[in-house]
Amino acid sequence: MAIAATPEIGSQELEDLKQRYSDKGFIVTNVNNLINWARTGSLHWMTFGLACCAVEMMHVGTPRYDVERMGAAPRASPRHADVMIIAGTLTNKMAPALRKAYDQMAEPRYVISMGSCANGGGYYHYSYSVVRGSDRIVPIDIYVPGCPPTAEALMYGILQLQKKIRREGNIVR
Amino acid sequence: MSSPIDLVVQTISEKINPIDVKVINNQIEIIIESRQIISSFQFLKDSSKCQFRQLTDIAGVDYPDRENRFEVVYHLLSFKNNLRARVKVYIDEGSAIDSLTSVFPCANWFEREAFDMYGIQFNDHPDLRRILTDYGFEGYPLRKDFPLSGNVEVRYNEIEKKIVYEPVKLQQDYRHFDIQSPWEGTTYKEEEQDGNGGK
Repeated sequence: MAIAATPEIGSQELEDLKQRYSDKGFIVTNVNNLINWARTGSLHWMTFGLACCAVEMMHVGTPRYDVERMGAAPRASPRHADVMIIAGTLTNKMAPALRKAYDQMAEPRYVISMGSCANGGGYYHYSYSVVRGSDRIVPIDIYVPGCPPTAEALMYGILQLQKKIRREGNIVR
Repeated sequence: MSSPIDLVVQTISEKINPIDVKVINNQIEIIIESRQIISSFQFLKDSSKCQFRQLTDIAGVDYPDRENRFEVVYHLLSFKNNLRARVKVYIDEGSAIDSLTSVFPCANWFEREAFDMYGIQFNDHPDLRRILTDYGFEGYPLRKDFPLSGNVEVRYNEIEKKIVYEPVKLQQDYRHFDIQSPWEGTTYKEEEQDGNGGK
């Protein structure tokens, strides 16, 4: 049902939709909205937990924050996933593996960079073994700042990503 | 009256002929020569008085100014005596040290780490490869003469479709953290006493 799909819908419009649905048994929407509804409502994330940020990423999936109520769930395989959350310090040795996992994800794919280390090297910016920002390896959609970011911050990042997907509204990315 | 620690120290100084033995914070520190390492550890492990059955860690230390540049520190634990011991060996950059894997099998990875970080060579080690650093890494990162930011950095090359290594080019300068003056214009207590009254 596309009732919940239409973005930024007011309660009055929702009532109208309900009315129309109960009168006729169907509602009319456009393909873009339907696809965006499907995409934003099933942001299955690929866990790429590399350090302490991974613990906050786990919190976001557990009952207190319960991001599954927004349709996002952890996936073990990159081939199932829509969004990759890079949670932690990306080292030089890990970089090829990260890229390989990213390349295995199906389009449309999104990446959330979580925490200072993934955003720009953070504490380890001058280190000999750490990538100075995971955007050197994969394109990033959302940067979540913090060291580590709270689970709320990551959830806000996921909401921002949903907003971005709705705003872009492309079928082919 | 002699406590267990004194007994152990006495046994060690009689039997393995170390350069030095002392007790610091109820932990024994032993300095030995690199060629007697196997026999010493065999004794420390097997003798009924010592019984240092567990090798907890092997650490390396780099002192560039010393004649023997590296210090290899072995950490031992005796459950029986509730005692810990540190065994130190001094070696130079070019020379090698005997591997402890025949006495303590767990020394395998510890020695690989010391080799990886400091370039310390171990004789008769079954598998002396790098353990932590990147594949094809050059240099020994924990040596004092290794540059902090290393020599190479990685990037994904969109044309070649693979991760490429390039010489380090920092976008931001090193920052100097002056912990003595977190902001300017502060007067410190020592300066007030000296009569300087600030800057």
